[in-house]
Amino acid sequence: MGRTISEKILGSHSGTAARAGDIVVAELDFMMAQDGTAPLAIRSYEGMKGGAPAHPERVALCIDHNAPSPLRSVSELHALMRSFAGEHGLELNDVGEGVCHQVMLDKAHVVPGSLVIGADSHTCTYGAVNAFATGVGSTDMAAGMLSGALWFRVPETMKVTVSGKLPEGVSAKDIALMMVGDITADGATYMALEIGGDTITALDLDGRLTISNLAVEMGAKAGLMEADDKTLEFFEGRTTASFESVSPDADARYAREIAYDVSGLEPQIARPHQVDNVCAVGEVAGVPVAEGLIGTCTNGRIEDLRSAAAVLGGRKVAAGVRLIVAPASREVMLEALREGLIEIFTEAGAAVMCPGCASCVGTHQGVPGDGENVISTANRNFKGRMGNPEAFIYLASPTTVAASCIEGKITDPREYLP
Amino acid sequence: MLLKGKAHRFGDDVNTDYIISGRHKFKTLDMDELACHVMEDLDPEFYGRCQEGDFIVAGKNFGCGSSREQAPLALKHAGVAGVLAGSFARIYFRNSINNGLPAIVCDTTEIEDGDELEIDLEAGMVRDVTKGIELASSPLPKVMLDILSEGGLVEYMSRHGSLKVS
Repeated sequence: MGRTISEKILGSHSGTAARAGDIVVAELDFMMAQDGTAPLAIRSYEGMKGGAPAHPERVALCIDHNAPSPLRSVSELHALMRSFAGEHGLELNDVGEGVCHQVMLDKAHVVPGSLVIGADSHTCTYGAVNAFATGVGSTDMAAGMLSGALWFRVPETMKVTVSGKLPEGVSAKDIALMMVGDITADGATYMALEIGGDTITALDLDGRLTISNLAVEMGAKAGLMEADDKTLEFFEGRTTASFESVSPDADARYAREIAYDVSGLEPQIARPHQVDNVCAVGEVAGVPVAEGLIGTCTNGRIEDLRSAAAVLGGRKVAAGVRLIVAPASREVMLEALREGLIEIFTEAGAAVMCPGCASCVGTHQGVPGDGENVISTANRNFKGRMGNPEAFIYLASPTTVAASCIEGKITDPREYLP
Repeated sequence: MLLKGKAHRFGDDVNTDYIISGRHKFKTLDMDELACHVMEDLDPEFYGRCQEGDFIVAGKNFGCGSSREQAPLALKHAGVAGVLAGSFARIYFRNSINNGLPAIVCDTTEIEDGDELEIDLEAGMVRDVTKGIELASSPLPKVMLDILSEGGLVEYMSRHGSLKVS
């Protein structure tokens, strides 16, 4: 019987013939924590009283969730991270480097076939580049830093095949939201997804990352894809490390198999307050919006900014609406500057933020007011997520957010096709 | 070990933002301060009502969402002795055990708010004293029982230095 991608990666990193259901201790290729989780990881690490990290060169800390710091107490936690990184020789990505997940990709800390943990639930994003990457908490991160390894239950795998040519104006985010709506918020709990099919092959890497990013919103442990020429092209020039991509065997065993035909898919939107509360944008068209957010680890990459700029170019955000744009990383920011996208956003009336998580995490840079509707490219619309439990968050693609901010109400982006 | 306490009933899909909101958790490592805000977006009175040793009883997918370990820690510091749910999201599940807070998988359908519960972790038995019923719970993998019995992963690692599964 053949093996899945998860079984192969966890097997090679644990020196076992790992099978779904087994519990293994596996060696980690890289680990990451951000400013919401690293301070607690540092406290746990110190409680373990173990001395130096096993592999300091495999650890990165990122200041992205509250960057720049909005509060004195947060500044003290950031200072703790800088001091810990300095003491142990760890890489520190400070304010302005961007969202941890994009930084991990830009710097090629994660490569195909690797095993990576991150103290952030959206670590599953790197599944799109064929890494077994999964979110953990702070204390697991601390144990990983100290010993270089962590225990894993080898997950069962759900195979998802997406086929058909995406209609004009419909994007990877719409596929991801459709999947969350169908599979539901816990439909893949404890499982790995293996996502493939001709639609996925046709997507650019940025779009694939968007889909893997939402794997955890279905409860999944990982959102894996196979590597192809586009994947390898991304890593060219970014790393000299050797790596080997991993494909599933033809006779691998799957817990469940699902197939989607997206040739007739419409733009999708998740309504408050659950990510799986998904419908076609048309069903809620006309709902007024007060704030838009384009960015985050879901949709802050260059292709996302290009698609939003194509809608916003030569147009203005409606009076009474604030549109916040936050590129995912310094690299994305620089490319957006070179291409004139930042100028387009600024001309359109958007507020462009420093690369980072921006208002997605509810602490700064755009906390909504009572009763306000927000339309965001992020991945969570839980009540209170953006800092106000009296606000309502809708999740959609960058073009849907852009079109909605121009109109001041939820709008099908196909009305703005070039 | 036999735990006794009162049930506080919640629904399905209680995410970690609801357990402890980002607007509080990013500010401090003081878990007693965070505990005052635990579950407040779902039930602002919860912290005031929760007694030392009480249980949270929820439906499916408890702890979904963010990886914040402040979620089980804030519950623990609010006096919660354990969470019973139909199922747990996996990151929360690990975090809970890593911090020595029992996470018990069982069919919670019949447990109502205010019921008196007795939980025997070793035997995997949940007793609803008010209803006079017994519910079987799913056993934890050995590695998680080992971590729980050491009091959490920090204590486990300080004693053993690395993880062992066999």
